Amino acid sequence: MIRGRLLWPLIALAGLILLNVVFTHSFLALRIQDGHLYGSLVDILRNGAPTMLIAVGMTLVIATRGIDLSVGAVAAIAGAIGCTWIADGGDVPTAVLLALAVCVLLGLWNGFLVSVLGIQPIIATLVLMTAGRGGAMLLTEGQIVTVDSSAYRQIGAGFLVLPIAILISLAVLGGVALLTRRTALGMLIEAVGANPEASKLAGVRSRTITWTVYVFAAFCAGVAGLMISSNVSAADANNAGLWIEMDAILAVVIGGTSLAGGRYSLGGTLVGALVIQTLTTTVYTIGVPTNVTLLFKAVVVITVCLLQSPRTARIIGGRRRTPATAPRSQKVAAG
Amino acid sequence: MFKKIAMIGCALALATLTACGSGDGGGSKGSGGDKLVMGFAQVGAESGWRTANTKSVRESAKSAGIELKFSDAQQKQENQIKAIRSYIQQKVDVIAFSPVVETGWDAVLLEAKRAKIPVILTDRAVDSSDTSLYKTFLGSDFVEEGRKAGKWLTENTDGPAKVAEIQGTTGAAPAIDRQKGFKEAIAGKSDIRIVASQSGDFTRAGGKQVMEALLKSHPDINVVYAHNDDMGLGAIEAIKAAGKKPGTDIKIITVDAVKAGMQALADGEINYIVECNPLLGDQLMDLAKKVVKGEKVPERVVTEETAFTSEQAAKVLKDRKY
Repeated sequence: MIRGRLLWPLIALAGLILLNVVFTHSFLALRIQDGHLYGSLVDILRNGAPTMLIAVGMTLVIATRGIDLSVGAVAAIAGAIGCTWIADGGDVPTAVLLALAVCVLLGLWNGFLVSVLGIQPIIATLVLMTAGRGGAMLLTEGQIVTVDSSAYRQIGAGFLVLPIAILISLAVLGGVALLTRRTALGMLIEAVGANPEASKLAGVRSRTITWTVYVFAAFCAGVAGLMISSNVSAADANNAGLWIEMDAILAVVIGGTSLAGGRYSLGGTLVGALVIQTLTTTVYTIGVPTNVTLLFKAVVVITVCLLQSPRTARIIGGRRRTPATAPRSQKVAAG
Repeated sequence: MFKKIAMIGCALALATLTACGSGDGGGSKGSGGDKLVMGFAQVGAESGWRTANTKSVRESAKSAGIELKFSDAQQKQENQIKAIRSYIQQKVDVIAFSPVVETGWDAVLLEAKRAKIPVILTDRAVDSSDTSLYKTFLGSDFVEEGRKAGKWLTENTDGPAKVAEIQGTTGAAPAIDRQKGFKEAIAGKSDIRIVASQSGDFTRAGGKQVMEALLKSHPDINVVYAHNDDMGLGAIEAIKAAGKKPGTDIKIITVDAVKAGMQALADGEINYIVECNPLLGDQLMDLAKKVVKGEKVPERVVTEETAFTSEQAAKVLKDRKY
């Protein structure tokens, strides 16, 4: 099953973990600390959870040949709403519901711009990317809002043996996989991405599908934003979720989903998100000097992307691979 | 041509507005008795530190009896240049500003110089070969902040110290200078060693993630030096999750002294905080009065800054403004 494009990201992931083990022998060690698992691998899962969740939403958006740049700003808004509500004396469930409701509204706005008004996704979501962070700043009045609520902490820093954050992300991932791969929904999403006009003529409600994926992406971003702010019990409108849209897009691309739309791989996105988080943890663990950190990350990412490209694979493997235009059947198998 | 007319029109409109607002007729130099007029061009309102800075300038101007004309540049240099030009038009007595970026100020500062209006820089410096363009630069000495942090450690360490340094944004002046000062202060102390140094981007989440990883790769770390309070607060979370006690098992030193940091210091989770003071209003007003009178002022004035231990933090906490 694990063939083609998913092979290299998996090798990269294994390679990074191996590199860590060489530098820190206890890297794979796990122990129970205060009733939960403790270790570097657990950190990777917990810190990678927000990126993974946003990447799942992004995967579906990209599958419809769209892109959502506003997820970082939406995450910041969710955190800002959650924390200001609790800081003003509100209760946690209302804070969470309120934050997610606003995020769904923002997703409706994005989807409206793209599917009804027909604005290019990159431009339509750019509006919210810039304006959204400003809105979050307004909510927090430019300050970092700190909250002291053990219930709120659970979302991002809590444990049920495993970190709650990763359980949420995996549950969403699993849910989406079931919903889109066990029903025709996945195929309809891919049809919209492959050719919106043709699918419309074939009777697919492409407008509704496009609209829905943007709402879902914003919802994922909202939950991720709550995780991010809950992880440190504070909402930092300036920095929360900053550049996370880029990480999410990268995770999707590393996972083998084409930006041209029309096909997607959720399993690939999972691996992609893990590669990105492991890379960050590796930098800290093996002590890459700060002034070459970005270079180190760039080299790893470029290598993975190069190895994934069909042409390089052909040169290395010496075998002719499926043409780039029709790898559908293979992707479905991998996803 | 139209541009010029428009500019004059705008300047006139502005002058009219301020004249109406100030109420002491004319609002320009001399005509309002001996009340000093200062034009202040702020960077924006990007952080809690900056908001505190603005508040301090406003309050100090009021209590010093200086009329303040305030503008917010929203982090854009062109807005700041516009504001400074309008202050020159209005013939204020003194102009103060925190430059958004280091370069590109020569032209507008030369205009101020020709109009014989003295300029004071606050918080951030200007990169210009012509130092006659401004009278003085009032701001923090980041290297000194690093030195203070290092000095406290040399005086308060028992046994060998293995330090994890959590740096600010790579390449930012405060990050570079705070590292430099700290290293200077601990140089020659063989029992104090920086075992790991990573960037936490001045954010709480960054500090937490870096500390989580460092605790695993260097389990023997017993001191954390974070370049700001927020990263220190993040590190505390990571240390707690590892089952260690912040402030006791691992000593924590940070820079800034914002309210949340001071709270942690008072609670004993941080051991020492070096202040980076945004409340430079009083010093600014003093300098302004001096330069207007034509008195000589030093080219570089360092903000009055202190450092806090746990007991001191508990005392000043309730009066902390930011």
